[in-house]
Amino acid sequence: MNVIEAHGLRKDFTVRVRKGLLRRESRAVAAVDGVDLTVRRGELLGYLGPNGAGKSTTLKMLTGVLHPSGGTVAVCGLTPVPQRIQLARRIGVVFGQRSQLWWDLPLGDSYELLRHIYRVPAAEHAARLRRCRDLLELDPFLDTPVRQLSLGQRMRGELTAALLHGPEVLFLDEPTIGLDVVSKQAVRGFLAELGATGDTTIVLTTHDLADIERLCRRIVVIDHGRVVHDGGIDALHARYGSQRRVVVDFDTAPAAVPTLPGVHLEATAGPRLTFTLDGTASVGALVSALSALGGLRDLAVTEPEIEEVIARLYRS
Amino acid sequence: MGFVTATADRLTIRNFIETVGIFRTLSSSGFRRFSTYRQATVAATATNTMFGFVRTYVMLAVAGSAVAAGGQVAGYDAPQLVTYVWAGQGLIGVVALWGWTELADRIRSGDVVTDLLRPVHPVLGYLLPDLGRAAYALLTRFVVPVAVGGLVFDMYLPQRAATYPLFAASVLLAVLVCFAGRFLVNAAGYWLLDTRGVLMGWAVCAGMLGGLYFPIRFLPDGLAAAVYLGTPFPSVLQIPLDVLVERDPPAGQLGLLGIQALWAGLLLTACVLVQRRAERRLVVQGG
Repeated sequence: MNVIEAHGLRKDFTVRVRKGLLRRESRAVAAVDGVDLTVRRGELLGYLGPNGAGKSTTLKMLTGVLHPSGGTVAVCGLTPVPQRIQLARRIGVVFGQRSQLWWDLPLGDSYELLRHIYRVPAAEHAARLRRCRDLLELDPFLDTPVRQLSLGQRMRGELTAALLHGPEVLFLDEPTIGLDVVSKQAVRGFLAELGATGDTTIVLTTHDLADIERLCRRIVVIDHGRVVHDGGIDALHARYGSQRRVVVDFDTAPAAVPTLPGVHLEATAGPRLTFTLDGTASVGALVSALSALGGLRDLAVTEPEIEEVIARLYRS
Repeated sequence: MGFVTATADRLTIRNFIETVGIFRTLSSSGFRRFSTYRQATVAATATNTMFGFVRTYVMLAVAGSAVAAGGQVAGYDAPQLVTYVWAGQGLIGVVALWGWTELADRIRSGDVVTDLLRPVHPVLGYLLPDLGRAAYALLTRFVVPVAVGGLVFDMYLPQRAATYPLFAASVLLAVLVCFAGRFLVNAAGYWLLDTRGVLMGWAVCAGMLGGLYFPIRFLPDGLAAAVYLGTPFPSVLQIPLDVLVERDPPAGQLGLLGIQALWAGLLLTACVLVQRRAERRLVVQGG
């Protein structure tokens, strides 16, 4: 069952440009330009794109904050903008650069407020909060005013706040932005566990590709407001010609280099040779051929990095 | 326990009780939020009290010989003017006459997005905490100036028992009118890049036409009536003070409350309409 269905989703912003002393010209800029997106219940979707690609704008339309300029959208069977208040009870949202907590109040007080706002029965609220306290280690700062929390603590607090009403869909817009390694790991571990239950559908936008590699089986990449890729990480590698590398050290530079289909010599630096392999080429065959040359001292195989693939995709 | 149990809205007694719970909790959140800033409360109360002395001496000097001889100026005698000044100094904080830019700040920063993600109408989401804030101000910023004024000057105390509940109702309506006015002024931020000019305009009008600088009844009758009926500002400060000092007979007090109720209804409706219009043109960029 699909919990998110968007077809031809558009958002145009009007930009005014000065064209003289008094004259200004308006032009429409398409921030989101006909996005089609379907997300099944329980999926953990990575929504990627360069700055200004339209990721956050899409999320704001899916959550009912922004009116779409065109297309249709349904989340949990509801139309986000006219049914925003009903939808708000069924989704959780974390914007990494915004806070939904009450700045002046202790974190625990914010949760109590949210319990009433979302009309969550006390027992359910307590059970969910207990689970989040354990997983995200909230206890040391539960009584601290939000304004005094570190960014990592606040983000763990934000995640909890988004989950206390038991949302069916969790939208996360750059939840690990600015976090240190330990906090990032805590957030990722928590999301991985949440995603593994299959109860909550998660849509994650991030620039941190480690988040994506760790958490998402499906990636949607958006650029200039359009979807340019929708599929798994493997499909992304295959599509954009990701290449594994084999770096080999010999005792002395070999006189001849084996030629195999799909294998290319990328660089030679004295006794060190670097090969790149197309998706179909076999590392084993290359290693056998290199061993036959004799004098093989060391060998390393590096998998293609997703950052490289994404960078290539953004540039294309 | 799993995380997913979200349900659709229900129309039941339980739903009603939960709604009351939201009202209570959001209001008390405003009380708690503002009670955390104790030094600010002390500073504001001290300032209001100090200006109470200045205004009292100026008011009595302006009223001059007429009130000194036990007479009246524009329907107020000297003790009524003293009460008018000191209760007015206390009400500045209760209605939050000037100082509220939270919504404008959140519009500018884009944090207003999170207000729209809660299952509460944004106007209600700001109004309820404001009522809690007003309750906190009533216990602190109202009580202290009135007590100081009462200790130092000869103040007028209401002679009719009904005046007390009428004053309480009038203060509540004043908080509603002032909140709605401030909300609308802040909401200008949806259309304007900088709301400082609008906020300043509100502050000047609220002080001058609200009866802070001088009672509006000092103006010619026709002009005073035009200000009472044509602008919301007297409903914010002047009317509760008129009710408290029993400037008018009971029927007149009720009429003044009617004017306040009218303005409260009009401005709160305008808040809802403006919010709806603003949401249609909302632009939040950068995450």
